[in-house]
Amino acid sequence: MTALACHDLTVGYGDGAPVIDGLTLELGQGDVVALLGANGAGKTTLLRALTGLVPTRSGRVELGGRELARLSTEERVRRGLALVPEGRSVVVELTVDENLRLGGLWRHKHKARKAAVEEMYALFEPLARRRDAAGHTLSGGERQMLALARALLARPDVLLLDEPSLGLAPQVTAQLLGVLRESAARTGLTVLLAEQNVTSALSVAARGVVLSLGSVVADRSAPELAADPALRHAYLGF
Amino acid sequence: MDRFVFLFSAGLARGAVLALFALSLVIVWRAARVVNFAQAALAVAAVYAAFAVTAATGSYSAGLAAGLASGALLGALAERGLMRRLGANAPLPGIIVAIGLVMVVQAGLAIGFGPEHRPMHPPFSQRPFVIGGVPVLSPYDLFTLIAAGVVMGGLALLFNRSSLGLQMRAAAFAPETARLLGVRVSRMVTLGWTLAVAAASLAALLLVPNELGLNPHAADLLFVNAFAVAVIGGLDSPAGALIAGIGVGLLGSLVTGYVSASASPLAVLALLTLVLLVRPGGLFAAKEARTA
Repeated sequence: MTALACHDLTVGYGDGAPVIDGLTLELGQGDVVALLGANGAGKTTLLRALTGLVPTRSGRVELGGRELARLSTEERVRRGLALVPEGRSVVVELTVDENLRLGGLWRHKHKARKAAVEEMYALFEPLARRRDAAGHTLSGGERQMLALARALLARPDVLLLDEPSLGLAPQVTAQLLGVLRESAARTGLTVLLAEQNVTSALSVAARGVVLSLGSVVADRSAPELAADPALRHAYLGF
Repeated sequence: MDRFVFLFSAGLARGAVLALFALSLVIVWRAARVVNFAQAALAVAAVYAAFAVTAATGSYSAGLAAGLASGALLGALAERGLMRRLGANAPLPGIIVAIGLVMVVQAGLAIGFGPEHRPMHPPFSQRPFVIGGVPVLSPYDLFTLIAAGVVMGGLALLFNRSSLGLQMRAAAFAPETARLLGVRVSRMVTLGWTLAVAAASLAALLLVPNELGLNPHAADLLFVNAFAVAVIGGLDSPAGALIAGIGVGLLGSLVTGYVSASASPLAVLALLTLVLLVRPGGLFAAKEARTA
């Protein structure tokens, strides 16, 4: 079954050339897909367009077979789509605990929410030690951990992640992606992972999609992609 | 000493009203990043509604309820009907539209009710209690303190302890992130305006019986002082509004008593200048965030 799909999606800013140009992509239920591409390939714009933060010029976006075009970002989220944006998406004025609760407000009733928050503390142990700390006192790694935990807490059907490894030590990245892989396998979560860090992304994903100038230039299994030096040279720069 | 006790207690009641009005400005600022220059005009319109209901029914509490309800309604209408339609990224259109709204509301009130001062009777006596020969708070001052205190306490509970308050804070601090977490940000902004103008209406309602009477400009000076209070406290800080409000109320009362009434606004301005020189963000401005 298709969890998330977009057909002929075109997105641009102002009068400029389209950043996403007639893109079609389908993600099956439970797929973990890496979205690869150089800077400016359109990865972030695609994720923001899927969540409705950037308006689309044309094309359709479907979540579980239902058209999303008319829905605002918050309504898309409430239908099971989650995005962890690039960089520091923690609400720094709120505490760790408040950030987590906020993630589960629409999904869980009071008691279930408490249980879900505790579950995340078990999954991300460093957060449990800092539950009453304000967001602005967290390190980069802790913030990314919190952002991921907050997204998982709402039990989305589809999780979009934008460069979770940005600015983090390899060890922290590995830990985050490990939790992601384990959660996806356990819950059947569908993941679209945009990354510059191709090696770590392909270590988690089963399939990789390479974007260039807003179009899909390759869509293959992760091992195949990792083993294709011509493609790596042409689009990923290594 | 007797004089000090009297001035101190009068200053407390005055400070509570200032703090409540300043808090209402802080709530709008946090929700929409706009200083609502129309807050006083909208609040006075709500006081007129309260005045009309009290005159018709003879009941102060019915008037109070009508005043709070019309304040809430006016806040929601101002946000949905006007402020929402302005570009979100520039502060100037919001300020200009709010000033325009002040003119429309004040002129409308003057046309509808006349420009004269209408005496508004307080529900309790304004004659101070005398304890050990020293005049202290009047029953009406006590009512003012309690009413303002209860509302500020209620708002603090709402913002800090409830899920709704958590969503309102998140929507204020980080609208995009809040939307990505399923928070209906535009509803939270409307709710912020609703609560804020209702709170401002209560402040105006408590103030008017102590002043010359109700007229379309009855809360103008309250707005000016409360704006100074909100800036002194740090526009983002509810606690700052409370503490600075009480502080400025006391300062005004003591300066009026020991120096002269005309020196009191100067003292507030001097305090504002000092705070802006030493801490430009206000006394309780948010601390610097970790960036590494």
